[in-house]
Amino acid sequence: MKQTISVLVENQAGVLNRITSLFSRRAFNIDSLAVGVTDDPTLSRITIIVDNGNSVVEQVEKQLNKLVEVIKVRTLDENSLIGRELMIIKVSANKSSREHIMTICSICGAKVADISPTSMTLELSDTPDRVSTFEDMMRPFNILEVARTGVIALQKGGGKI
Amino acid sequence: MEMTGARILIESLLREGVEHIFGYAGATICPAVDALKEHPEIGYTLVRTEQNAGHMASGYARVSGRVGVCMVTSGPGATNLITGVATAYMDSIPMVAITGQVPSSLLGRDIFQEVDITGAVTPFTKHNYLVKDAARLPQVVKEAFYLASTGRPGPVLIDVPIDVQEQLVEDPDFPESVSIRGYKPSVRGNDLQIKRVAEAISQSRQPVICAGGGVWLADAQAELVELAERYAIPVVKTMMGLSVLPTDHPLNLGMIGAHGNRCANKALAKSDLLIMVGSRVADRAIISPEEIQRRMATIHIDVDPAEIGKNMQAAIPLVGDVKVILQQLLALEVPAPDAAEWRERLKGYRRAELDREFPRREGSVFPGTVMRKLGRRLDDNAVVCVDVGQNQIFACKYLPQKHGRLLTSGGLGTMGYALPAAVGVKVAQPERQTVVICGDGSFQMAMNELSAIRRAGMDIKIVLFRNHVLGLVHQIQKTAPYHGPFGVDLDGSPDFAAIAAAYGIPSLTADDEDKLDETLDRFLAVKGSCILICEVSPDVGTTD
Repeated sequence: MKQTISVLVENQAGVLNRITSLFSRRAFNIDSLAVGVTDDPTLSRITIIVDNGNSVVEQVEKQLNKLVEVIKVRTLDENSLIGRELMIIKVSANKSSREHIMTICSICGAKVADISPTSMTLELSDTPDRVSTFEDMMRPFNILEVARTGVIALQKGGGKI
Repeated sequence: MEMTGARILIESLLREGVEHIFGYAGATICPAVDALKEHPEIGYTLVRTEQNAGHMASGYARVSGRVGVCMVTSGPGATNLITGVATAYMDSIPMVAITGQVPSSLLGRDIFQEVDITGAVTPFTKHNYLVKDAARLPQVVKEAFYLASTGRPGPVLIDVPIDVQEQLVEDPDFPESVSIRGYKPSVRGNDLQIKRVAEAISQSRQPVICAGGGVWLADAQAELVELAERYAIPVVKTMMGLSVLPTDHPLNLGMIGAHGNRCANKALAKSDLLIMVGSRVADRAIISPEEIQRRMATIHIDVDPAEIGKNMQAAIPLVGDVKVILQQLLALEVPAPDAAEWRERLKGYRRAELDREFPRREGSVFPGTVMRKLGRRLDDNAVVCVDVGQNQIFACKYLPQKHGRLLTSGGLGTMGYALPAAVGVKVAQPERQTVVICGDGSFQMAMNELSAIRRAGMDIKIVLFRNHVLGLVHQIQKTAPYHGPFGVDLDGSPDFAAIAAAYGIPSLTADDEDKLDETLDRFLAVKGSCILICEVSPDVGTTD
């Protein structure tokens, strides 16, 4: 089962290396990992999606907690989290296909980020499965390039970790 | 006042109470070595290869209870040190390793003797630092010693580029205390869990305590023995927990594990409550954690929360400082378990093992026999440093323990550990009787450190089992699925008596069990170091 782990770390060089090194050494699998600074410039938040059993996730949490630069670790409750991923996707587009693409964009809530005589570049921020659905819908138009950020997530409600 | 980074580094070490450094100089650590020259109050041992600086610091740390310090140069100096650091990591030994590094402006350019040592040791250090500003050194050193010695101890590495050692800092600020927001080790055990443990002990009929290396690291052997004695609970030990109680203690059942004492393994298998104290349930100690989990209730006491549930799910986990937790447990009074019948049964197992007859062969001595006879003759608080291989198994299984220590590389199983570790022991406690047990394989991995013994005029007694093969591998190769010994013959080994003599160290040979008592007496009576070369048949196995 996929689970989302939110990790607050010191915003310092080398921290990401320690975390990825830990995952590879302990044979934990990472599905995706996204990192960015928080409102407190001394802290970064790393969102990690893992696909392991529950006991493994517990070990992941404990091992992460042992890293000196890790401040807090929390596995988010899947039922009450807001998880989003950003995708930028470039597809072939010409006069005849542009309108079809626009229709799918409006259904899925994607925006046009760039346009050229032969292509369109689209952006969508949504849950990972909806982002994947949009990607599938674009496949018939000939995808030229895709970039996805990996999921970032926060727990719903007023609490914080 | 203006200070160089090198002087700040040494000043910081002095403030941590460092009295000795094991090291090997090289170009990029020269400023620090130069600053050390001004401080004769810090002793210095020049090793012959950097790995042994780590092992010496380990031996030093394990008997003194203080952080062992080693300091080497960049590149090959740092990579050679890696095995020493990894050995310390696996056994949770408090250590600070300092490495020189190429100038920070040239980092990443693959210049002479550059290696990414912090990257290399990340998987087996508790933490590490690459210092790029000398003004940070006091804080970094303070943190390094704090991290190395608190919670679950372990090695911390500080990499200091040469330009940082040369950098001038105006009035450096030496902090008095340290607080790291991401590092808050648990100390006290949860009171509710403590109560549950006490109740479980009281209700058990076949309890066993399993003492691991964490008992020594927390300096909790007195508390452990008190707990065992108060409730008359039999005690088994892992290799790292050996000598927590004397061999002839009525509650002692010996060492568990694949190479352990049969009576200890029987006790473990038949118990109804296993109380693990500072042990991490690794494969060599507990072969089948699933089986243990299924058969009996388990209590797991450890300072590292990640150890709980890593290899085995305990019924009652208890996280905190082992000494504090045992004190909390001792503060509760519960009725002693009704386990008299259990103890009687175990006594039978134990007697059978202690009375076991060892095989005899003409022209050689049996290592188990040597261990029994040697152990009886040692000082009450002797330190015995044991290498890796058959010698380790014989020593751990059969060497009678009193109130001393048995130091070995239990986790990483590093051959060549014993001799340098013994040097570290002697540096920390020159008056304490120190013995090395090794084989002809492991001795040749470390014999260059006889120089340290010679230079300091140390008294270390070295028992060298010579069977002309890598005995334990030889033994493994004789069993399925392998097809017989290969590549384990120690042909080409030197005359060890001549090697000893070359370092000015006398030696004796033991090849006749009828004369073994007399030989051991002579060996231990030698003033200063001596090597006892014990002739052992290559066919001897650890289960003989």
